[in-house]
Amino acid sequence: MSAVLPVDLLTTMTLLPLIGAAVVFIMPRDRVRLARWTALIISLVVMVMAIGVFYDVQSNPPAAGEWAFEAQAEWFPQINVSWHVGVDGLSATMILLTGLLVPLAILISFEVQDRVPAHMALFLFLETGLLGVFVALDMVIFFLFWELGLVPMYFLIYLWGGENRRYAANKFFLYTMAGSLGLLLATQLIGLTIGSFDIPVMLEEWPKHLMRGGEILGVDVSIVKYYALLGFSLAFLIKIPAWPFHTWLPDAHTEAPTAGSMLLAGVLLKLGAYGFLRLAIPLFPKEWIIERRLFSLSYNLVDILGFLAVAGVVLGALGAWGQTDFKRLVAYSSVNHMGFVVLGLAVAALMYGTVWAEDNNQYSLLAGVAGVEGYEKMGVNQLVDTVDQAYPPEMRQSDRQDARVALNGAILQMFSHGLSSAGMFLLAGALYHKAHTRDLRRFGGLWDIVPMYGALLIFVGMASLGLPGLSGFVGEFLVISGSFKAYPVYVLLSMFGLLVTGIYILKAIQKLLHGPYNEEWAEYHRTHHSLEIEKREVVALAPLMVLMLITGLYPNWVLGVINDSVIRFLGG
Amino acid sequence: MDVNWFSADYLPWLIIAFPLLSFLLIVLVTNRHVVLSQTVALVGIGIAWLLSMLLFAKTVWLTDKELGHEVFGSQLDWLKLGPQTFRLGVLVDPLTAYMLLMVPLACLLIFIYSLGYMRGDPHNSRFFAYLSLFAGAMLTLVLADNLLLLFIGWEVMGFCSYSLIGFWFHKKSAMQAGVKAFMTTRVADVLMLVGIGYLFLEARTLNFRDILYNEEMLKMLVEKDAVIFGGSVAALVSVLLIIGTIGKSSQFPLHTWLPDAMEGPTPVSAMIHAATMVSAGVYLIVRVFPLLSAGADFHHFDYNTPMYLMGIVGSVTALGAAVLAVGQNDIKRILAYSTISQLGYMVAALGIGAWVAAAFHLVNHAFFKALLFMASGSVIHAMEHGEHHAHEHGHPHEHHEEPDGLVMDYCAPPNDVQRMGGLIHRLPVTAITMAIGGLSLAGFPLVTAGFWSKDEIIAEAWHGMSESPFPLFVLLMLITAAALTAFYTARMWFLTFWGRPRTPAAQYATPGSLRKQWVVWWNRRSWSKDYKLMQEPVSPRDRLSFGQMEFPLVVLAFLAITAGFIGMPADLVGKNPLHGFLAGTLLEYPPAIDFNFAPMLLSMVIALGGLGLGWWVYGRRPVQAGQPDPTQVALGPGIWATLQNRFYIDILYRRYLLQPVERFAERVVIQAIDRETIDGVLETIAETFTWLGEAFKRFNTVVIDGTVDGICAAIGNFAAWFRQVQTGRVQQYLLLVTLALLAISTLFLIQVR
Repeated sequence: MSAVLPVDLLTTMTLLPLIGAAVVFIMPRDRVRLARWTALIISLVVMVMAIGVFYDVQSNPPAAGEWAFEAQAEWFPQINVSWHVGVDGLSATMILLTGLLVPLAILISFEVQDRVPAHMALFLFLETGLLGVFVALDMVIFFLFWELGLVPMYFLIYLWGGENRRYAANKFFLYTMAGSLGLLLATQLIGLTIGSFDIPVMLEEWPKHLMRGGEILGVDVSIVKYYALLGFSLAFLIKIPAWPFHTWLPDAHTEAPTAGSMLLAGVLLKLGAYGFLRLAIPLFPKEWIIERRLFSLSYNLVDILGFLAVAGVVLGALGAWGQTDFKRLVAYSSVNHMGFVVLGLAVAALMYGTVWAEDNNQYSLLAGVAGVEGYEKMGVNQLVDTVDQAYPPEMRQSDRQDARVALNGAILQMFSHGLSSAGMFLLAGALYHKAHTRDLRRFGGLWDIVPMYGALLIFVGMASLGLPGLSGFVGEFLVISGSFKAYPVYVLLSMFGLLVTGIYILKAIQKLLHGPYNEEWAEYHRTHHSLEIEKREVVALAPLMVLMLITGLYPNWVLGVINDSVIRFLGG
Repeated sequence: MDVNWFSADYLPWLIIAFPLLSFLLIVLVTNRHVVLSQTVALVGIGIAWLLSMLLFAKTVWLTDKELGHEVFGSQLDWLKLGPQTFRLGVLVDPLTAYMLLMVPLACLLIFIYSLGYMRGDPHNSRFFAYLSLFAGAMLTLVLADNLLLLFIGWEVMGFCSYSLIGFWFHKKSAMQAGVKAFMTTRVADVLMLVGIGYLFLEARTLNFRDILYNEEMLKMLVEKDAVIFGGSVAALVSVLLIIGTIGKSSQFPLHTWLPDAMEGPTPVSAMIHAATMVSAGVYLIVRVFPLLSAGADFHHFDYNTPMYLMGIVGSVTALGAAVLAVGQNDIKRILAYSTISQLGYMVAALGIGAWVAAAFHLVNHAFFKALLFMASGSVIHAMEHGEHHAHEHGHPHEHHEEPDGLVMDYCAPPNDVQRMGGLIHRLPVTAITMAIGGLSLAGFPLVTAGFWSKDEIIAEAWHGMSESPFPLFVLLMLITAAALTAFYTARMWFLTFWGRPRTPAAQYATPGSLRKQWVVWWNRRSWSKDYKLMQEPVSPRDRLSFGQMEFPLVVLAFLAITAGFIGMPADLVGKNPLHGFLAGTLLEYPPAIDFNFAPMLLSMVIALGGLGLGWWVYGRRPVQAGQPDPTQVALGPGIWATLQNRFYIDILYRRYLLQPVERFAERVVIQAIDRETIDGVLETIAETFTWLGEAFKRFNTVVIDGTVDGICAAIGNFAAWFRQVQTGRVQQYLLLVTLALLAISTLFLIQVR
């Protein structure tokens, strides 16, 4: 462990935008071009690094228990906190997504005229926050960056947002802070109990800590772990956002400037799902699947998570359908799409717990999963036999493969939703910026006025709808497929949501483009302001569209890396 | 990698690639140049067609492989899932080869036809781009070696169909019809997706060969219980896949989108939807038939749930749609219902295990229905221009109120068969080719393709009739439908082409190809003395358009007759080449049933009877202008209105399914749940905290600040009082000092003691 901060790739990549932010921030207000281009170039440098990280992880995937680009430095030894960074396939994918989206968002925010240096600096600041979460291998660093990302987003909404920006910014901030509170307490509890904040150490020791019962701070360990899990989950569920913690999202998106919405939907929402995969699921394998009772009803937390997922898919889709505000519609579509991610996470959590129980001979846990009655009274040998009969090992193996399918789908869905939602917000913002209204009822018949915009909207809309051949489909298919055996009813219900996904996307396209030639907007287009998409916006959208197409036609380019991380997670 | 792209293993990739490349090229490069875009599209599909023919030749003649047991194909790694790798590729087996005979050719002819039909449309490039993408998707579907790739083609085609139906997006009805088509089929597609996903979990593969050509796999799927709904895995997956077909092939109860799909640019997209795309649904169940019939022993009249489902849905659709076709006046809508009905035949055929017959009818139907649709398009094209010509000849313009959005019983004037009549004298080529197509559809005995394939289906049903009530049910439904088919076909043709024009538009309809020769020939006939035809000039533009439109009709008319000869019963002509060829696709060689004259005779009687009745009503004494349609009179206003409103099914769906859910979304999901409950709770919390904050603030001001301020005030007061001591007079100070000294000394003295 070296005494000074190591100058490794991940650290540089994470902190470079922060330094850039400081430089851009102190630029004079009238040096608009300088601020914009400096920010763009810095983010492009970070993008190159991110691609490098992804490429390296692709060619040499880290072995189980190891991390690519791992670096550790002494940082805060009094409380056992070190600057520990490293990546695996999951974080490399998310880093790639962040690295790609931030320059595009900065390019889009060239349209902002007001307090430009500060605006650009906030984006770079945000990038540090996002990347920091993905590279962190220390819980305190994780939390630090988790909170750090919140601040620039708050100011972006608060200072550059729409009419109702104060309400939206405060709602966003308070909602997320409420989640963070539980995260902070749970982190401290775990860190102090096992004496380390190092994530790999925590993952190793915390699940086994007092596995056979005991007390932490005078409270029964199962209760402590249960509440710690709830603390983690609340933070992550709010961020995803899972139903019913989603109502901050439509307001924040609607009021945020276009580029802010792009990053919010594209990357920030992924933090929640990332948190589940990195922390909440592997730290609490037992707590997720242990059988609980409410009156005579038996359930486990995974079932609840699955239920929230389906509620998000269905109600998110219906919510989007009922909107008349273009940006709100797209915002609700995020709830709908992230529901599939959560469904995949639920299946993964179920299987992670099962595997863990197997590895640690926790047969009473398996009995709960297998639905064996009266296992509490059985002797060890009888329990083992009964469980193996009710839920034979080869079936567990087969279900494990199902879970791998679902988890691959969930992570791929995170990636492709990052592409498509960023694209949709870009388009929604592009029109709003020119027409100064988002009210779908006022549009219609625009396609002849804005032929290019129309074509792009249809393309991105179809990607968001999950049209096969574009990115959204593969993830959804894998989640549906992988979850069906574990949760057939949930999957069938979520199909209703998938149906409505079609309706709201077509509704948006129809309300904007189709219908009789719109004289009113044609007049506006000629005399006031061109409604057609600008070149700069096309340049920002094009990479997203190319990736949507490539991911749809040949998903293996990214799925290979994702799959490595899935194998790390659920075993090969 | 050493790849010979022209070997039969890799050729399919090229076939798929060319139309898709055309699409990309048109969208990215040539979209501003109509002629260039058209050329690119034609070249793309043309090459695809040539390569398909090459591939077909290779599969049939140039191989010594026993086709069926060994197939052509190649794959690439597509998804890595844990230790497993999902491979995706192409496959050419006899069934695919047979489809390759039809699909690229049909597509090529549509492209040529569109040159003429879409002349002058401002969005021609876009149109040809969609067509190319459509063709690429259909070819992908046919050549796919697994269900997932098939589904990709399936959905992309759905998207193209949505775009083409709503191509004239200025029209509200077109736009609504596009959405309706997309959403209705999506209802089925999402369930089909679950079926594919579930099959993938259980089989760990979606490859056709690994599942359908693998006895152990099929056995495993039949024996394993499904995770939900009871029944076996095979049954659940089969039912879900059949639901996919019900949507795509427009079967009851998801048939409602196809008649409205006729809102698309007249015959071309109609033809795509009716002749090509909807075939995809039937192709799917033909393709996965071994899975659908797994566990059933249908050669011995033992059927399983999926087969019952197909049989019942197919025959109900076949009959229901045929009834509706009788009660329509829109020429395209008649054909649309006819398509639904014919697809029902195929689905029902699979229900009773008539696999070869279904595939046979699929291809034949595509040919003659493509012909009929394109011919109807040519009629409509002529009628649209006829309206203008009539105006030039001094007839007043008729004003038609276009309805706002989709209206069930509205019929656009150029499509209305009641407004036509006598068009054989304007469009002789169209009339004759359409007659051929119509005869094929009606199953005119012995010479038409439609007869042979329909007969085979009926023969199979006849074969099982005495053994089990199920084939008997299917037989009765199909026979009734066949009679109606022959009748409505005759009605449509005679109303359109026979007799005298019933409106000026029909009288002045644009003359088509060979009209000059027709006039000369007609006027020379002795029986035409009372009705002499006039020659009139034709603009070169119209001549070109009609040339491009009527050329494909002639090609298809040829095929509508000859395509059937390859599948004639072996007992009649010695060999049934189609049966032998296709059978290799299946694991178990399907036995050809013994030839029986009875069902054949029955088909003949039915077809001729229906056609004869049609001629009796509409041909013998053609309907005059102003005279009501005899069928309408015979049925009475109530039944006619029911037919015009399509049994009110569409209205039912809208009123009791769509609208309630939409209201639920707006009022419950957004208003009641999100805004009032969730945000309401949060706002209550926020208000509580604000109130608490206020309370703390007050506590601060009153108690804490009060205390602190009080201490300050007390000190201040004390100081103010104490200040009074400082008078500035030395005498007083001295007095105080003395007193203090006294006090201290006294204290001191006391202590010392």
